[in-house]
Amino acid sequence: MELKKNLAISDTGFVFDANSGESYSLNPIGLEILNYLKQGLKDDEIREKIMEKYDVDASTFDLVYFDFIRTLQQFDLFEKS
Amino acid sequence: MNKLPLTVAVSGLNNTDNPGPGIPFIRAAKESGRFELKIIGLAYENLEPGIYMRGMTDAVYKMPYPSEGKVAFLDRIRYINDKENIDVLIPNLDAELHTVMISEKELGELGIKTFLPTLKQFEERHKSELEKFGEKYGIKVPRSFPVSSVSDINRIPKDFDFPLMVKGKFYDAHIAYNKEQVISHFNKISAQWGVPVIVQEFIKGTEVNVIALGDGEGNTIGAVPMRKQYITDKGKAWGGITISDQNMIDLTRNLIAAVKWRGGMEMELIKTINGEYYLIEINPRLPAWLYLAVGAGQNLPEAMLLMALGEKVPPYTSYDIGKMFVRYSYDMMVDLDDFQKISMNGEI
Repeated sequence: MELKKNLAISDTGFVFDANSGESYSLNPIGLEILNYLKQGLKDDEIREKIMEKYDVDASTFDLVYFDFIRTLQQFDLFEKS
Repeated sequence: MNKLPLTVAVSGLNNTDNPGPGIPFIRAAKESGRFELKIIGLAYENLEPGIYMRGMTDAVYKMPYPSEGKVAFLDRIRYINDKENIDVLIPNLDAELHTVMISEKELGELGIKTFLPTLKQFEERHKSELEKFGEKYGIKVPRSFPVSSVSDINRIPKDFDFPLMVKGKFYDAHIAYNKEQVISHFNKISAQWGVPVIVQEFIKGTEVNVIALGDGEGNTIGAVPMRKQYITDKGKAWGGITISDQNMIDLTRNLIAAVKWRGGMEMELIKTINGEYYLIEINPRLPAWLYLAVGAGQNLPEAMLLMALGEKVPPYTSYDIGKMFVRYSYDMMVDLDDFQKISMNGEI
């Protein structure tokens, strides 16, 4: 899944979808994950990076991560495949 | 660069909760820097805020209501022109456009220029004609049914599912969830704006709008898409943001090329969840949120005035994405003397 190209992500976690005009605010972890997605990292790579940095096990990460991905899909923030 | 002396008469000074485009038009023209402007405001009501906004107009005149017809309109314009020598007339209200269009020859004889769509363009994009318009130009439009009496409501096709939109021919739109609500909205809208009232299929999605300017030869001089962020209970944008949507730009350019649209316009579209665009309305003038386009880099009032004067204007090719506007209300203090002048003399 590729994030929409015209998504502007600021360092503060403010996200602007230039196509729809919608804007969103992210917490620091959300911002970090969104930036990994923007860099084109795969789910496994993101899991690895987060688990290296934070005290979280794989199943808890997956639960929260895929819920976050579903929210991004719901807001139509990925390019149509 | 020498500034061009120009006297412009502008209507739509109603900066209310149902705002007209007059004041943002004047603001844009003043900021253009191309003109040495004298602005003549044309008002219909004594309490249009634009009458009292300092620094916006040089003079204001009351106008007869458009329903009084062409003769009354031209009589008043002749009177104003004798005093002010108008170069360009910019009508900003839907209800007055027809009268101005059918008066273009007489206005020309007075030396007054306009930059409006042709009568044919104006007529074929009427809400009651929108389905035919969509078919002709290959644009998706919701099905609609014109209603001129309560008995017509019984003839609305059975496959029009609720909810339905009930719209006035110039202004006003309400959603109806059942037949009783259609009747109630019809009575209210027809009493204010006359008939036909248009019953339109409701398209679910996000409302997006484009402001555009056509040169009458098929070229789009400017186009800026916007999404309303804050909508009043009258359905008016109180906040909005420019968006990057090439489909909307293409749709606008193709339409202006096909119709050879002349003048300002606002396209109201619904973008469905499947990414389809339905045209729900074309307003044949620049909208009240026109200053957002100026803020985003396209001074369409400046271009319109130059084209009215016969100049060739190069098209704008870009605009700032993510530029926002937020309206606000503000209490002006008004001298009773000003109110007295406009009320008693019809000019100020």
